[in-house]
Amino acid sequence: MAVVFKKSPVLADVPLHYCPGCTHGIVHRLIAESIEELGVADRAIGIAPVGCAVFAYNYFNCDMQQAAHGRAPAVGTAIKRVHPDSIVFAYQGDGDLASIGAAEIVHAAARDEKITVIFINNAVYGMTHGQMAPTSLPGQVTTTSPYGRDVNHCGYPIRVCEMLCTLEGNQYMERVAVNNVKNVLAAKKAIKKAFQRQVEGKGFSLVEVLSTCPTNWGMSPQEALKWVDEKMIPYYPLGCYKGGDK
Amino acid sequence: MSKILMKGNEAIAEAAIQAGCRYFFGYPITPQNQIPEYMSRRLPQVGGCFLQAESEVAAINMVYGAGGAGARAMTSSSSPGISLKQEGISYIAGAQVPCVIVNMMRGGPGLGSIQPSQSDYYQATRGGGHGDYRCVVLAPSTVQEAVDMMAEGFDIADQYRIPVILCGDGMLGQMMEPVEMGRYTPRKLPEKTWATTGMGSRKTPNIINSLYIDAAILEQKNAELAAIYDEISANETKWESYRMEDADYMVVAYGTTARIAKSAITKIRAEYGIKVGLLRPMTLWPFPSAAIAEAAAKVKAVLTVEMSTGQMVDDVRLAIAGSKPVEFLGRSGGMIPAPREIIDKLVEMAGGKA
Repeated sequence: MAVVFKKSPVLADVPLHYCPGCTHGIVHRLIAESIEELGVADRAIGIAPVGCAVFAYNYFNCDMQQAAHGRAPAVGTAIKRVHPDSIVFAYQGDGDLASIGAAEIVHAAARDEKITVIFINNAVYGMTHGQMAPTSLPGQVTTTSPYGRDVNHCGYPIRVCEMLCTLEGNQYMERVAVNNVKNVLAAKKAIKKAFQRQVEGKGFSLVEVLSTCPTNWGMSPQEALKWVDEKMIPYYPLGCYKGGDK
Repeated sequence: MSKILMKGNEAIAEAAIQAGCRYFFGYPITPQNQIPEYMSRRLPQVGGCFLQAESEVAAINMVYGAGGAGARAMTSSSSPGISLKQEGISYIAGAQVPCVIVNMMRGGPGLGSIQPSQSDYYQATRGGGHGDYRCVVLAPSTVQEAVDMMAEGFDIADQYRIPVILCGDGMLGQMMEPVEMGRYTPRKLPEKTWATTGMGSRKTPNIINSLYIDAAILEQKNAELAAIYDEISANETKWESYRMEDADYMVVAYGTTARIAKSAITKIRAEYGIKVGLLRPMTLWPFPSAAIAEAAAKVKAVLTVEMSTGQMVDDVRLAIAGSKPVEFLGRSGGMIPAPREIIDKLVEMAGGKA
């Protein structure tokens, strides 16, 4: 029988805890495949965040450090400085990266740290039960914006790629989505490129992945995938924001 | 090695480098700035890395990363900055990452002052951040001792996989004294087989983590840490006993305050003939409770002197358990006790005469 799909050996052989319809699993796979294809699993060191993806340290077959909420870029900075030949990646959510860890991500990017950040934007705090995130959309109903996000009260959602791409340096920043096959393939390309650039010794790379949270959005998985197209992508346009070299 | 005249902060930095520390992450704050400044000059000369972090919060998390990756790493700060680092120190303790943290204490609370203080005693010795943990807390009273303790501090950190805090104060950091490097004989330490180095040919990943979501497993982890803390208490408690052989009164003081107490003791013995000795904790955690209790049994009363409104005195009282009167003399806010104040207090305790 022909093998049409094989799980990457960079993913540990354990069941993921993510909710049905959540796209963390897809992004984990894309990261694992990129690491595998580049042949760097033996020197990869990952940083797990606080949030739904905290258990990422159990899901990747490589050395891992779990970081305090928001601090993954600082932790990754130091690991890369200690082991310059390692391939360091941080996995962060939107509350983690764009709220509590806003200083760390800005300065890691500004220093052009040779690390790769995978930024999961699902417009909500997932693990703590769906509170408003810095990326929640205007009008979005969450458990702490029960009347919808009022931009006059708490401002507009932050577009991380657009904000960081003004920095000087050799950074690469791209926004992708994983809500359909075409977008998943493009996301894979971007994530692999982010790792490839680190292998080549180039600077900081960040891939923002528009992701789903059907549980906290109160949607079916199918509705959630549609919501990414209809609501998220118009506010968060896909594409490369910096470092668009080949 | 011959003696050289060095400022406390710079001597501490040099001692760290000589102890093999190659990674320093910090953020400016007075009165410890000479440490990062010295490190920024020296570390590149020895193939190390100095990085000025965007905040104390980032700095301590860089220490967590570097220590977890197997390097000898440190940060330094002063009281308000150390408060900011507490979350990171808690994670470091939970994940058992060795590192050294220098706190050149200044007056508080809040922004406080920039003058010497010992008001972070509670914070340093009770863990400081959230959760059930301890840091080893070293309290030098001279620049030479700070140098020796830095070297040993890195060894203690590595041996027990624990954060070590060197608690000085603004005075120790700013004063110049002759010092000799390399007096400390390094310990034999196990290899850091747990570090995140990249798997290489290793079969299983190394994971640095402080999350144990299963309560029963976390309780087990807490018990493991407690057992390590017991071992440290048994092996690493240090103190100095000064003129205690014939003493009727005992002063308990540490760091800069202990130096002042020594001057007071010399004078009070000469001027009043009151026999006073000093017990100086060199480790604030583990605290030399047994030594203090034993010494207290032989004296009439105890005086604790601190640059705070009374923090270590709690531990002295716990150690003595009510068996002798414990008096307290404190200056705070950056004020430094004068020998005369200590003498007056002791004379009062002795009823005005020997």
